[in-house]
Amino acid sequence: MGWFEFVLDRYNYWIVIVLMMTGLYIVFARGNLVKKIVGLNLFQTSVFIFYITIGKIAGGTAPIYIDGELDHGDDAGHGEGVAAGHETVVGDGSESLHQAPAEDGANALPHAEEHASEALSSKIENTFAANDLKAGLESVEPSADAGSLHTAPDGADKIANDSLLHLEKPAAPGFEVEGGADAANALADVVHHSSEVIYTNPLPHVLILTAIVVGVATTAVGLALAVRIREAYGTIEEDELETMDNVAEFGDTAAAGLAS
Amino acid sequence: MNFAEQLPVLPVITPLILAPVTLLLPQGRAPHLFATFVSWLTFAACAFLLAAVSDVGVISYHLGDWAPPLGIEYRIDLANALVLMLVSGIAAVVFPFAYASVRLEIDERQSTFFYCAMLICMTGLLGVTITGDAFNVFVFLEISSLSTYALIAMGARRDRRALTAAFNYLVMGTIGATFFVIGIGLLYQATGTLNMADLHDKLAGNSSRVVGAGFAFIVVGVGLKLAMFPLHLWLPNAYAHAPSAVSAFIAATATKVAVYVLIRFFYSVFGFDFAFEAAAFTWVLLPLGLAGMFVASFVALFQEDVKRMLAYSSVAQIGYMLLGLSFATVEGLTATLVHVFNHALMKGALFMAVACVVFRAGSHSIDAFAGLSKRMPVTTWAFILSGLSLIGVPLTVGFVSKWYLLEAAFAAGHWYAGFLIVASSLIAVLYIGRIAEVMLLREPHEEGRYAIPAKDAPLSMLIPMWVLVGANIYFGVRTGLTVDIATRAAEALMLTAGGAP
Amino acid sequence: MDHAILKVTTKILFAPIILFALYVQFHGDYGPGGGFQAGVIFAVAFILHAFCFGLEATKKALPQKALIIAMVIGLLFYAGTGVATMLLGANLLGYDAIDPESTHHAGQHYGILLVEWGVGVTVASTMLTIFYHFTGRERDIDQEDW
Repeated sequence: MGWFEFVLDRYNYWIVIVLMMTGLYIVFARGNLVKKIVGLNLFQTSVFIFYITIGKIAGGTAPIYIDGELDHGDDAGHGEGVAAGHETVVGDGSESLHQAPAEDGANALPHAEEHASEALSSKIENTFAANDLKAGLESVEPSADAGSLHTAPDGADKIANDSLLHLEKPAAPGFEVEGGADAANALADVVHHSSEVIYTNPLPHVLILTAIVVGVATTAVGLALAVRIREAYGTIEEDELETMDNVAEFGDTAAAGLAS
Repeated sequence: MNFAEQLPVLPVITPLILAPVTLLLPQGRAPHLFATFVSWLTFAACAFLLAAVSDVGVISYHLGDWAPPLGIEYRIDLANALVLMLVSGIAAVVFPFAYASVRLEIDERQSTFFYCAMLICMTGLLGVTITGDAFNVFVFLEISSLSTYALIAMGARRDRRALTAAFNYLVMGTIGATFFVIGIGLLYQATGTLNMADLHDKLAGNSSRVVGAGFAFIVVGVGLKLAMFPLHLWLPNAYAHAPSAVSAFIAATATKVAVYVLIRFFYSVFGFDFAFEAAAFTWVLLPLGLAGMFVASFVALFQEDVKRMLAYSSVAQIGYMLLGLSFATVEGLTATLVHVFNHALMKGALFMAVACVVFRAGSHSIDAFAGLSKRMPVTTWAFILSGLSLIGVPLTVGFVSKWYLLEAAFAAGHWYAGFLIVASSLIAVLYIGRIAEVMLLREPHEEGRYAIPAKDAPLSMLIPMWVLVGANIYFGVRTGLTVDIATRAAEALMLTAGGAP
Repeated sequence: MDHAILKVTTKILFAPIILFALYVQFHGDYGPGGGFQAGVIFAVAFILHAFCFGLEATKKALPQKALIIAMVIGLLFYAGTGVATMLLGANLLGYDAIDPESTHHAGQHYGILLVEWGVGVTVASTMLTIFYHFTGRERDIDQEDW
């Protein structure tokens, strides 16, 4: 029963396709302008679901920072870093939404590892930002101008990328940071915890939030137009509108010929 | 603030931040003057940007200081600097032009919103052009489209059909944009990136079914936006019933920007090692371009409404652009880029001439043009000169683009396409000639609906219009300016695409 | 008709809805939420008010003119934050420039907070404007026709 599993395994795509086709059909087949808008919405919704499907990771939870995750750190040495880390998640986390998936294939590759590492990288970013970003920058990229703000995000990414390279090795021994006992501890900590919490890929969610805003705007404009059409013509049935326009343009008899 | 460093973002941020300010201004002249000022500022920024790009090559700007493959990047090379220049230049001419026409055609309470929407539309078009991020293209495309729907619907004061035209455009445009998003989603699924340059690197050699489907969705989606024949059905009504100033602006810019997006995706994102690209050129763009050239030109011949005739002619001209694109040679691409620029100049001027006629005669039916040379000579000659440019008479820009297109067609071995280009230009002679005959030889209506006073349009309309007509001649004589930029842009694009330079 | 129960319920619910909107607005940094959602919830409070007390009453509390100004101010807040970072020497929306001394990107925090405020204000006023315009149109059509 290979085909049956083939169909069943991809149920999310089938939902998307069925919704998409239903929506398009409504747009094309219905003459009522409001129904057309409804069809358009359905069509767009299918795309939203498609994007969310792309971002889903088996076993992953919603990409919301789980509070206290870093607080598990039993190492009192970087307690301060933890507190600050909590804060930086805000800035970095929400803005780096656009960034996270660089490492993220988001395709049919083994999801768990990859996304564990992604979650890891974002946490490392935060932890390091919390501890001392400048120290990290200097050690990872000697040429980087530590004072320059322009390099800060690059630097953070670099750290994240580097740590990814070392992820395959156990407990990240190759990670070289000056005065790094603290950092290495933090890293080990993060590795430990990130194996517990897997987040889905947040980027498609953000993209689709944008698309939803666009969709809302389109619907509003479309409905406003439908209201105005109703006021101007007294109907919102497409074929009636067409007949009225034809009568206005070619006179009654020609329009009757066109309509029949 | 370092001006040179921040220059790449100024064309987008200037109109974006100043557009809402228009709403706070008192009704009357103020919103118009302010919007005109903003469009000139933007034009200046674009001019500086083109000069900078011409000097130093590709400029990359990182929004929010996030490095490119991850953050959003604005990436400006010669190809989009040229289109930026075009969009902001047309805006800088249309905005001063709009005042008289808008005061006549649009409810006074709406005029503030009108200028705000025009600025936002311009922002969207510039944003589409400037960005190097695939999803960003969608966002800006919808910013410009949404404001365009509203602008077209404002034509309802004169003719209620503007409402249905805007609604149809909304439905088609949204389907197109959604197709485009599906395509972007599939590419993201295959590569995990949205940055165009990064997409190009990661897609190299990947011709899987996912990428193929994404490619198809993007081509159809952008095809709807650029009114590729036979996806052009929204265009004639939208252009015909929009307020005259809006017609002039969007006819000159909106479809051109969509053509640019298509070029960008074909050459900078997919490239020639993508398996379906050659097939799409040979089996989609080439035949559809040729068919559009003929069918739309023929339909244009039989239009009783001059604006609608020009709209169909636009569909035909888009056929030329797609044709040049489909040759996949530097010459073809150069021809397309030159024609994108030149067609904007001539269609802008033609629609402005029609706007002048509407201003005096109150109609854009062909009957209103009868004997126009005796009533409004300045407008008549503007129309005729830009009409000659549309046909492709030497010393006008139309000739330049047709020349390069013909050269490209023969160089690419599509000699039959060369003959078809000439043949379809002959149809253009017919439909422009028909209007010219009515304007020059017929007697003006002395009374009735189409009787017009012997008085030309106000100077605020004539001067911008003649600036564009002048540009038609100037760039037709000094061909080096545009062709040089277009050639360099085409060579750079071809290099990224992986073709022979 | 005087729906006493509805009116009392609306009066009771109004403040908590606004409070919830503000919670979503500020919590957007830490969890689900942010300016867009908060703006919609904020608008919902006034839409509920309009349902129960009539559009005229709501318009008296929150006039159309004020909404347009709010819309503009929200947008300027957003774009202004971006331009401010440009003036401070970073790129557009390079929030780090807001607090360059910070070792843990506090600027990012402030930046996103300001931007979200702009988004919230704009969305709330836009939603209400849309609502006003849809409900406020002259009824020239008979009820049976709908």
